[in-house]
Amino acid sequence: MTFDPFVLARIQFAANISFHILFPTITIGLCWILMYFRTRFTLSGDKEWEYAYFFWVKIFALTFALGVVSGITMSFQFGTNWPGFMERAGNIAGPLLGYEVLTAFFLEASFLGIMLFGKDRVSNRVHLLSTALVAIGTSFSAFWILSLNSWMQTPTGYTIENDVIMVESWWAIIFNPSFPYRFAHMFVASLLTSAFFVAGISAWRVLKNVEGPATWKVLKTGIYMAAVLAPLQIFIGDLHGLNTLEHQPAKVAAIEGIWETQRGAELTLFGIPDQETQTTRFKIAIPKFASLILTHDLDGEVQGLNEFEGLHPPVGPVFWSFRIMVAVGMLMLLVSWLVAYLLWRGKADRPVVLRMISVMTYSGWVAVLAGWYVNEIGRQPWLVYGVLKSEDVVAGHSAGMMMSTLIAYLLLYGFLLVSYIFTLRYLATIPARSITTLQQKGRDFQSSDDATGPKQLGGD
Amino acid sequence: MAYWLPLFFVAVIGFSLLVYIILDGYDLGVGMLLGFADDEEKDQMIASIGPFWDANETWIVLGIGVLMIGFPAAYGLVLTTLYLPVTLMLMGLVLRGVSFDFRAKAETKNRSMWNKLFTLGSLIAAASQGWMLGAYVMGLESSLFSYAFSLGIALALPALYIMLGCGWLIMKAEGSLYRKSIQWARWTVFPMGVGIFLISIATPLISEIIADKWFTLPAAIGLLPIPISTMIAYAVIVWVLWHERILEAGFGWLIFVSLIIICLMSALGLAYSIYPDIVIDKMTIWDSASSTESLRFTSIGIAITVPMILIYTFFIYRIFSGKATKLSYE
Ligand code: HDD
Ligand code: HEM
Ligand code: HEM
Repeated sequence: MTFDPFVLARIQFAANISFHILFPTITIGLCWILMYFRTRFTLSGDKEWEYAYFFWVKIFALTFALGVVSGITMSFQFGTNWPGFMERAGNIAGPLLGYEVLTAFFLEASFLGIMLFGKDRVSNRVHLLSTALVAIGTSFSAFWILSLNSWMQTPTGYTIENDVIMVESWWAIIFNPSFPYRFAHMFVASLLTSAFFVAGISAWRVLKNVEGPATWKVLKTGIYMAAVLAPLQIFIGDLHGLNTLEHQPAKVAAIEGIWETQRGAELTLFGIPDQETQTTRFKIAIPKFASLILTHDLDGEVQGLNEFEGLHPPVGPVFWSFRIMVAVGMLMLLVSWLVAYLLWRGKADRPVVLRMISVMTYSGWVAVLAGWYVNEIGRQPWLVYGVLKSEDVVAGHSAGMMMSTLIAYLLLYGFLLVSYIFTLRYLATIPARSITTLQQKGRDFQSSDDATGPKQLGGD
Repeated sequence: MAYWLPLFFVAVIGFSLLVYIILDGYDLGVGMLLGFADDEEKDQMIASIGPFWDANETWIVLGIGVLMIGFPAAYGLVLTTLYLPVTLMLMGLVLRGVSFDFRAKAETKNRSMWNKLFTLGSLIAAASQGWMLGAYVMGLESSLFSYAFSLGIALALPALYIMLGCGWLIMKAEGSLYRKSIQWARWTVFPMGVGIFLISIATPLISEIIADKWFTLPAAIGLLPIPISTMIAYAVIVWVLWHERILEAGFGWLIFVSLIIICLMSALGLAYSIYPDIVIDKMTIWDSASSTESLRFTSIGIAITVPMILIYTFFIYRIFSGKATKLSYE
């Protein structure tokens, strides 16, 4: 691979969107979790739920800020890196992105202010409503952007005039064939990621002996959520795969590492796909299983990569990413069910168990990134599947320019990611509210830093 | 429809960017001033913009978004030509957006680093926006004149933002910060005035197209209200700043309002200079517009949501009105 401007533009876009998606994945799910905490507090009046809300709302705010700033970068990069995309597909991409700004971004960004700072200024009801509006906003946002992305994967409802894509039916565009699956899969992915995120950090707090009753409530919420969602996600993933088989057979062939079209295809669990010799080496496979999963028939026919000469994606990254995603999905199922069982038996407070949960804190990120790589790299060389190729829309910047901005972005993002994780670790070690209030009552103990954060004005 | 829809879209872009400059202008301004305040004042400054900055920033996303929807060719041309300043601006916005949150949550020993990054990010963002504005007014030309002009605006726009930041703090701050804000405003107001004046003179000198538009007779008279109201607004600022009694009597908001008038007048002047092009001398509004069907579909959304956005924005400013000192996390 040479570093021509085209490759650099792709790497730059991929780096930015990969950085961006880490934060939406958490905010989309965490916001509904916060909504749950707030509702429990409103219904029961149990202060612990409110402590949980205010501990997590701070982490939410930080995550949100990172999501916003990296998202703004994204919306400019369509223009700076892929100007041709907007010129050719702008009639469709533009309005969908526009609706995201109009219906989602303003809603989230505006009511976030009340959610974070408004408790003393508005009634509980308005505060609850604001939390709900932010949650709805993040979900709307996912709706529109995933609709666009799905349309790029499975375009319908358009015509082409003079090389420009024109709208035929908005309904067919927004609800294109892969959209329901992608939206469901991504939405559940966000909830699942957040579930392990809150459970993992809570488990770590218990390990560090700074927990209160609220910490356990959060931990349980996360684990039970995950126990329900993990199998659901696997089920949706399977449906999603079948849908992909129908519309993008080349992607599925790459996922399975199948080179020749065949009946009764085996399911490769592990192997090293080799593009040169067009074989998969060192493979461990289950006979006929791929046919069974994909066609629900032991002797069903599966198309191989060779049918798509020159128009199939790079096999290795797709093949590997898919296996990583599925492995994490299985691990999530295992861990959440095991811990749910232990919670039920009252044995979850052992250090080994807690350590296991805390190791899973960022597991959702791994699966989400892997999933997106399957999705996006699997689409190559197409940008809009079957319609527009990526190489036709790239901007004409020099390689030097692209390289230097790429390095700057990577440094900046690396720095921010490290700061984010360290800040979370720091926040997680602040003693829970119920402990500090108890101590203060008992012996007039002056805690230097109460659980709700540094005591300065409005600095959320 | 094919005639009016593009015009409507241009108006929406102009409106969003104007709102952006005023709203994000004051919080970027506060960001740049942060370096001059002590710790307690810093917290007050941050508290004064806390609930707003995110929504403020969304206006540029809307402006750029509508440019992308309405005029994809112009969007591509502007953003690829301005690749470097856009990238710088994005990095500035990233830095200040995250520092804002990190400074309150990270360990105390790192707080001063985040404060500095907050100031630095705000400055980079403001200066790059100035550069972009300058280059845009020059029709994205790459000539020495055009660069000099862009550089000039890269200095002037941060001054305007700082002034907006002072105007904002004069309304929101108390105690020592309030007095400092007046002082900062007195220092900034003259450089800003000189900047605006020089730019107004330089624009027609450098660009013949713009000169033709402004100095032909019937138009020139019709246009007089623009410079005149700008001058009046400027005079009001100076007058209020040096009359403590007016400030004491609670008329500090006059400064902010006058700044809004200056921004509005500059925007009108600029719009007049550019019309009917979307990129001066390169593309007209109608050349680069998207298909009518796409515009119609989005305009429905704009017509419904933008008024709603304005209503809830107003509602939120009401909730957080008054001095900012009492603003706390929970
Ligand atoms: C599945 C969800 C998802 C995906 C795939 C993307 N985003 Fe995103 N984005 C969100 C979900 C989200 C969000 C949940 O709405 C965010 C994250 C945190 C936040 O503040 O809002 C957000 C923020 C966000 C913002 C800032 C919004 C604001 O000012 O409040 C912009 C401009 C974008 N995004 C743009 C993009 C673009 C151009 C993308 C594609 C290339 C993209 N996002 C992918
Ligand atoms: C949010 C998670 C996402 C991730 C992690 C992701 C990842 C990637 C990666 C890795 C590439 C480079 C592929 C390659 O060059 O082989 C890419 C390209 C691209 N993606 Fe995504 N993507 C995401 C979402 C989206 C969305 C939502 C859109 C549009 C609505 C989008 C539009 C594009 C475009 C325009 C390109 C560049 C052209 C190309 O290389 O084909 N992506 N993305
Ligand atoms: C274990 C069973 C799973 C299966 C069978 C599965 C299946 C799939 C398939 C086939 C795709 C590619 C669709 C396409 O590109 O057209 C995909 C994408 C994706 N997966 Fe999974 N998945 C599983 C688990 C997970 C888990 C646990 C997560 C995250 C928590 C996840 C997150 C994603 C994401 C974010 C994408 C990209 C967006 C999309 O295309 O929907 N997946 N998945």
